[in-house]
Amino acid sequence: MLPVILEALLKIIFFFILIMGFVVVLIWGERKGSAFIQDRTGPNRASIGGIRLAGLVHPVADVFKLLFKEDVAPSQRHPFLYAFAPWLGMVVAMTTYTVIPFGDFLQIGDKVYPMVVADLEIGMLFVLAISSLATYGIALGGWASNSKYTFLGSMRATAQMVSYEITMGLALMGLFLVFGSLRLTDIVGGQGELIWGWLPKWGVVVQPLGFLLFMGAIYAETNRTPFDMSERDSEIVAGYHTEYSSMKFALFFMAEYAHMVVAAALIATLYFGGYQIPWLPRPVLEGHAGPILTGLLVAGGLCSIWIGTLYFRRARREKGWYNDAREREPGVLGTAAVVGGLVMLGSLLLQPWNIGAGGGSIFVSLIQTGAFIGKLVFFAWLFIWVRWTVPSFRYDQVMHLGWKIMLPAGLVNLVVTALWLAAVHR
Amino acid sequence: MSYKGLPEVVTTRKRSFWESAYFVEIFKGLVVTGRHVLKNLRHTDEMPTIQYPDQKRDYGPRFRGRHRLTQRDDGSPKCVACQMCSTVCPADCIEIEAAEHPNPAIEKFPETFTIDLLRCVYCGLCEEACPCDAIRMDTGIYEIAADTREAFIVDKEFLLNNDKDGTL
Repeated sequence: MLPVILEALLKIIFFFILIMGFVVVLIWGERKGSAFIQDRTGPNRASIGGIRLAGLVHPVADVFKLLFKEDVAPSQRHPFLYAFAPWLGMVVAMTTYTVIPFGDFLQIGDKVYPMVVADLEIGMLFVLAISSLATYGIALGGWASNSKYTFLGSMRATAQMVSYEITMGLALMGLFLVFGSLRLTDIVGGQGELIWGWLPKWGVVVQPLGFLLFMGAIYAETNRTPFDMSERDSEIVAGYHTEYSSMKFALFFMAEYAHMVVAAALIATLYFGGYQIPWLPRPVLEGHAGPILTGLLVAGGLCSIWIGTLYFRRARREKGWYNDAREREPGVLGTAAVVGGLVMLGSLLLQPWNIGAGGGSIFVSLIQTGAFIGKLVFFAWLFIWVRWTVPSFRYDQVMHLGWKIMLPAGLVNLVVTALWLAAVHR
Repeated sequence: MSYKGLPEVVTTRKRSFWESAYFVEIFKGLVVTGRHVLKNLRHTDEMPTIQYPDQKRDYGPRFRGRHRLTQRDDGSPKCVACQMCSTVCPADCIEIEAAEHPNPAIEKFPETFTIDLLRCVYCGLCEEACPCDAIRMDTGIYEIAADTREAFIVDKEFLLNNDKDGTL
């Protein structure tokens, strides 16, 4: 019993660190990305001993600011629900990850560990059930604040959730029909196959319309632009979290980004093959684990040293710009990159091409987790990218799009998929 | 009601099928913003942003900054306390107390000359009104900051030696 709990705990800790790390990186990405899209430089001031990391230190400064801020709360609030709502949002965002696989299995010695916290048979149903609860966090928070703007925000969020949850379910049903399972590991496993021997059987290939509908629905579900009804700042101040401050606001804020990470992970898992690398299934990777690892080490080492020299060139150019600790930054980062590159090249002395079957299996598991995280990063960036590109819809447009366009399209997609599958499997 | 030259009914162009399907247009928009991101990633140094405390914008020589009082050769103010500047000042921020000058060639000199920098609107009328080039706004100082309101009310001694630092 104890090893099972320990194993689950380790996976949970992995996911917790992954999510919290991503929340920090995404907040940074949102600021820097929006800045670059609008031809600004973005955050570049906060530093630890002169090391600014292009603004990555700013979220750390934010956390300390929010921790030490006064918690201003409306006097006519509902005391319990007011405190409960941000917590609920965060917990829900964290819970959804339990069923998302981040690799197929990890084999250490004779033991095989599946790389998913809980491999539920109703997997995707669980995700839908839990992620719908996130709206309770928003609705309760808005209602408990006892303010008109927060209430409007939570009402909008609720209406939007009701409208788009249906589309999301319909879009997913087509996918379930194709892969014949609700279990996420089965869906990801099914996406490792090839159609006609060359086209990866990704969800986006077999369900293109379903993918578009799911994308729209999940953007609405995470309350991101163009569906940011519940926190539209030009209309209802800050929406449901207008009356929140300090760490309670930070919880709402982090929950939004955690939801984005869930959404990105779901898109990657359901429609882009999860941890699968196209055309390179596990046996192929395991067969060539040694050469691949060697190649990666050499390429990574050389790239790292090249980046280091770029930093050194910048250090020379920026000499005398600031006259303070910031001048150390390019030199320190350059040294770190060069040392990292030399370590990677030096590890060739350990003969990574003789990695063996056991090591190869672990290496392939890591590679697949890396592929999953890579896809996750892309879709998380897509959230930011879309937010700073597309103006948001008007409220009636959101309802029109949800009920009159996406819902019928979802129904058509489901019926066509069912008929096609019936014709094929008859 | 209709206005001359304007159409009575505002017509909007009908959207084509692909335009109203959103996804194609959103993709086009993503290409535009993505191009900006790539450009700014490659040429971060060429962004128009001025990194303010480190870099400063260059202003022209006619830029009206904080005031200063010009001096005679012996270091006394050129000002003859004629009250022209304090009269013309639209913000009423200059206050001069005149006193008799020991030199009979010069009639008066300012006993006190205070400017309330918080009231000043930097219009430059005092400069133009001055008959003997005694007050100028050519220091180029625009970062004026202090901890108290009293510190913004600057006196004659300050204004006579007022071309060094931004802080009060």
